[in-house]
Amino acid sequence: MKLIDRLYKDAPLATRNEITPKLGFLLTVLLAFAWLIPFLWMGVATLRPSSDGINLMAELIPSFKPTLDNMRDAWEIGDFPRYFLNTTIICTGILLVQFFTITLAGFAFARLDFAGKTLIFYLFLMQLMLVPVLLIVPNLRIIAQFGLYDTLAGVMMPFFASAFGTFLMRQAFEAIPTELEDAALIDGASLIQRIRHIYVPLSIPSFSAFAIISVTSHWNDFLWPLMVINSPDKRPLTVGLSVFTATAEGTQAWGTIAAGTLMVIAPLLITFLIFQKRFISSFVTSGIK
Amino acid sequence: MSLAEPAALPVAASAPPRLNIAMRFTTRFKASLPAYLLLLPSLIFLALFTYGAMGRVIIDALYQRATPKAPLRFVGLDNIAAVLADPAFTGAVVNNLIYAVGTAIPSIGLALLFALALARTNVVTSALRAALFLPVLIPMVAASALFLFIFLPNVGLLDYYLGRLLPVLPNWLGDPDIALYAIMIITIWKNAGYYMLFFLAGLQAVPEDVMEAAHLDGAGPFMRLRYIILPELKPTFLFVIVIATLNAVTQVDHVFVMTKGGPSNATNLVLFYIYQQAVEHYDIGMASAATLLTLAALMALTALSFRTMAKREGGP
Repeated sequence: MKLIDRLYKDAPLATRNEITPKLGFLLTVLLAFAWLIPFLWMGVATLRPSSDGINLMAELIPSFKPTLDNMRDAWEIGDFPRYFLNTTIICTGILLVQFFTITLAGFAFARLDFAGKTLIFYLFLMQLMLVPVLLIVPNLRIIAQFGLYDTLAGVMMPFFASAFGTFLMRQAFEAIPTELEDAALIDGASLIQRIRHIYVPLSIPSFSAFAIISVTSHWNDFLWPLMVINSPDKRPLTVGLSVFTATAEGTQAWGTIAAGTLMVIAPLLITFLIFQKRFISSFVTSGIK
Repeated sequence: MSLAEPAALPVAASAPPRLNIAMRFTTRFKASLPAYLLLLPSLIFLALFTYGAMGRVIIDALYQRATPKAPLRFVGLDNIAAVLADPAFTGAVVNNLIYAVGTAIPSIGLALLFALALARTNVVTSALRAALFLPVLIPMVAASALFLFIFLPNVGLLDYYLGRLLPVLPNWLGDPDIALYAIMIITIWKNAGYYMLFFLAGLQAVPEDVMEAAHLDGAGPFMRLRYIILPELKPTFLFVIVIATLNAVTQVDHVFVMTKGGPSNATNLVLFYIYQQAVEHYDIGMASAATLLTLAALMALTALSFRTMAKREGGP
């Protein structure tokens, strides 16, 4: 228990000589290790030579002769650079348009008084209630009518407006003192100039929080691009990985599957490990809609 | 005004108000115009992909698809009735309910445990939080690829290690009685770290002096949890339950990658059923009817939870 005491020294909700909180902490430590096992297996299996055979595939103790063969195979079988490019285009495209739409709408709700404000506010609120994932069937038909079936633009378009982003920017803009805007107004700045030079620069933290949430969710999106995209060269990472997994599963190439999965999740994981605090606070913000 | 023009009086008396209303309307609209222009880009996309899509679902649900033999025709509520009578749909609803409850309770429970244990920030708790949060970040498809091997019969990770302890092991994804619970494990693994964040945020509202006082009064950890911490976390609980329910209906990527709804529909969930109807059977009417029913259920649930939340906080 000495080690636990040291690790757990200033536990707030439980103090000093109580055993229950320490057991809770111990259980959490054990579960945190259990939580990492799939990642651990992925790393070990990626480096395991195929000569170890299928019977050792599950062994979590790494092989003595690590190899990069699985990485190379995965790279050759799956068109990962293409998938990366497609996913990057999708996420960037969505985010750029979203920045534009949520800034303007967020400003209108935060600073302007207009007829029908409450009604329009509720119209935005509806997007949070009508879960977009469930509207895939009508949205696919709308996208097809625009002639955007099997295009990256078709994957992006339903997400160009974001009620969550609008409400986030509204909150950020409301926190900015009106005196700043009044000063600009006296200097003769137009509405758009005031938004660009006062509101946007002062709301960078909110923009970055929104960017993290938006990119993470669209980076991981699967069902919608699966329905819109038909051509193999337009697949995003998730769809590419699912096809890749299905192919490699048939040949029992689990080392290759592990390597492919590693390649797909590495960018987000590395970004997370660098900007951990930002990520976590953004995810908390996303909950406080 | 002179007394010589009495006839003009009624007109003069009635005209200004009417003019006023019209003028007030135009001035109000003119004053509102900048706001409308700012909202327009968002409203165009919302109109297309939220309200338009919703209207489309309602209309599509009322029509039967065109077949080579029969043209598109209006069938009223027949599609809804057909969906409700389809054992595959009712089966998916039952599966989804089991899945929702069976993933929400464990992941919320674990999230609370994690948050309580890792409330104070230091190097160790930060590392543990990061470990528990990692699954949240990876695509469900990637998680499914990893768990495909974990659940693989005989050689998979689970069987490799459990096989040393247990003589007989189930076929995790192949047995209809077990497969749904197997895919539930992935969801719990993926969501617990996410819900943990909200509990961590909620715990910051627990006043430390009250905790300290309770401790001095001899209240044990369970007493403090029951009477101080949990009441403070009530809004968090409500919020997390709503999110968990939404997740249970919207996260189905693992079903696509791992089981395709099988074996014998044991892991079929509502959204996968909708996808099957639309993409595999080309039956937009049935898919729309199922979408409509699901949306109605979810919206009722969300409205209900917001009402409870508003009532508790003394709002309207």
